[in-house]
Amino acid sequence: MPATKFTPSITSRPVYDGLTPHGAVPALMLANGPGGEALLELIKTDPTIPGHAHVIYIPEGCGFGKTLESKGFASYFEAASYASVLPRFRKLLAEAGMNTRLYLAGTEGLIGQATSEALEAGMLPEAIDAEHRGSLARRMQCVHCKGITENVTTDPFTCSHCGLSLFVRDHYSHRHAAFQGVCVDAETPGEIPPRQEIKA
Amino acid sequence: MSAQMLRVTEIEALSPLVKRFRFEHPHGAKLPLFSGGAHVVVEMPDGDMLRRNAYSLISDPQDGSGYEIAVRREDGGRGGSRFMHACVRQGDMLRISTPLNLFSLDMRARKHVLIAGGIGITPIIAQMQQLLRMQGRFEIHYAARSRREAAGLRLLPDLPHIHAHISDEGRRMDLGAILDRQPIGTHVYTCGPEGLIASVAQCTERLGWPKGSLHSEVFLAPPPGRAFEVTLARSGRTITVGPHQSLLEALEEAQVEIDWSCRGGACGRCETEVVSCHGRIEHHDHWLSEDEHSSQTRIMPCVSRFRGRELILNR
Ligand code: FES
Repeated sequence: MPATKFTPSITSRPVYDGLTPHGAVPALMLANGPGGEALLELIKTDPTIPGHAHVIYIPEGCGFGKTLESKGFASYFEAASYASVLPRFRKLLAEAGMNTRLYLAGTEGLIGQATSEALEAGMLPEAIDAEHRGSLARRMQCVHCKGITENVTTDPFTCSHCGLSLFVRDHYSHRHAAFQGVCVDAETPGEIPPRQEIKA
Repeated sequence: MSAQMLRVTEIEALSPLVKRFRFEHPHGAKLPLFSGGAHVVVEMPDGDMLRRNAYSLISDPQDGSGYEIAVRREDGGRGGSRFMHACVRQGDMLRISTPLNLFSLDMRARKHVLIAGGIGITPIIAQMQQLLRMQGRFEIHYAARSRREAAGLRLLPDLPHIHAHISDEGRRMDLGAILDRQPIGTHVYTCGPEGLIASVAQCTERLGWPKGSLHSEVFLAPPPGRAFEVTLARSGRTITVGPHQSLLEALEEAQVEIDWSCRGGACGRCETEVVSCHGRIEHHDHWLSEDEHSSQTRIMPCVSRFRGRELILNR
């Protein structure tokens, strides 16, 4: 699957420039789903990368794990979800030196959350490469209950925490790595516009 | 630039060449607080000449009861530091600008490595006090030639993460050893001679650090030189810049309206367009690009000089 292209109309949405090889330097790699393929393409351009890279892969049903595992990374770890692997990712960040690069590939939700985690650890944006692969699903934050609903593909959608019907706004919060969802029937309770698939 | 008259309340020799000065408000009013790395500009009326030199503040940024600076006597300089050493007495009133910071700590950092060469320790002293107050993680590396000359030793507390590298005791600063293996989130701040700043930049590049983690301040005093003439395009006047005067000071003396802030070639405020230049501009700033330097179309009057037949400025 090729890298996902966005319509450039949403100004607050981060733009990911793709993965560029930085050679034989210490690296952390985190990918989910089709993002695994982006990692494989990256190391094909420069075979010196894997020996210095620690990889965390969340397959989400994609079959890149086997191939990734065979590439001779400094370490390879497969996880069921970002939440379950967060302590490991944090530990890798805490042990990393100033020359460490971070490669992120996969969904916007993963990239956003991992980026804010890395920045929180003091990493500079210039040391982070990211490539969006896979679904256009959005990670949404309900502005009312603050709960996060993952993988939202329709507009409006139902908040998985408070149950309100939320309108998918194009306003992206870098801090929460999520788009904002606002109650769609606040003025006219029960009047909910038909659901549409999110196309961008 | 706003400034106020402050009284010199303490003068202390920190080393044979460095003196500490403390300034307080004459009626005891609180002074504006600042952040570590800030400097003030001191006005020095020396005969019929008015000199203005920038000095980093070394006092606690959260203490508004006074400002303190440390001045190294530069015998080959233009005379500002000699004036401070020889003419300023306790009780004198001097005009001191509001603090300005071009070398502040980066609050994204998880750890701060502060590197100073010689008198470059001054801004780092105030940064250290800020870090101690906010319980930030830091280390200081201070390089000096000899213990006798190392004025900074009197200002640094005895803590395990503060290191003095005294070269004539055979303990030269080893940048590679200091910078290797620093954790992510480290920012490095260097103040001192240009050579030191360049070495830190080279070393971090070799180690693969992101550029955004580097911060530096060159202590740049306007160098003296030969006297030269400049013509001011707007009035047609020609003025002479004395050997111990900066072009900026000469413009001020001639009542030419000109903006400034750092007086050390770093902030960009005094940038001036060159209308025509027959000769060579001696650029000393860190503001203009190499291309701008070689094209001789702009000049920073606070530090740069001229040698040649004619220089016309758009002033
Ligand atoms: S006054 Fe700052 S560059 Fe000249």
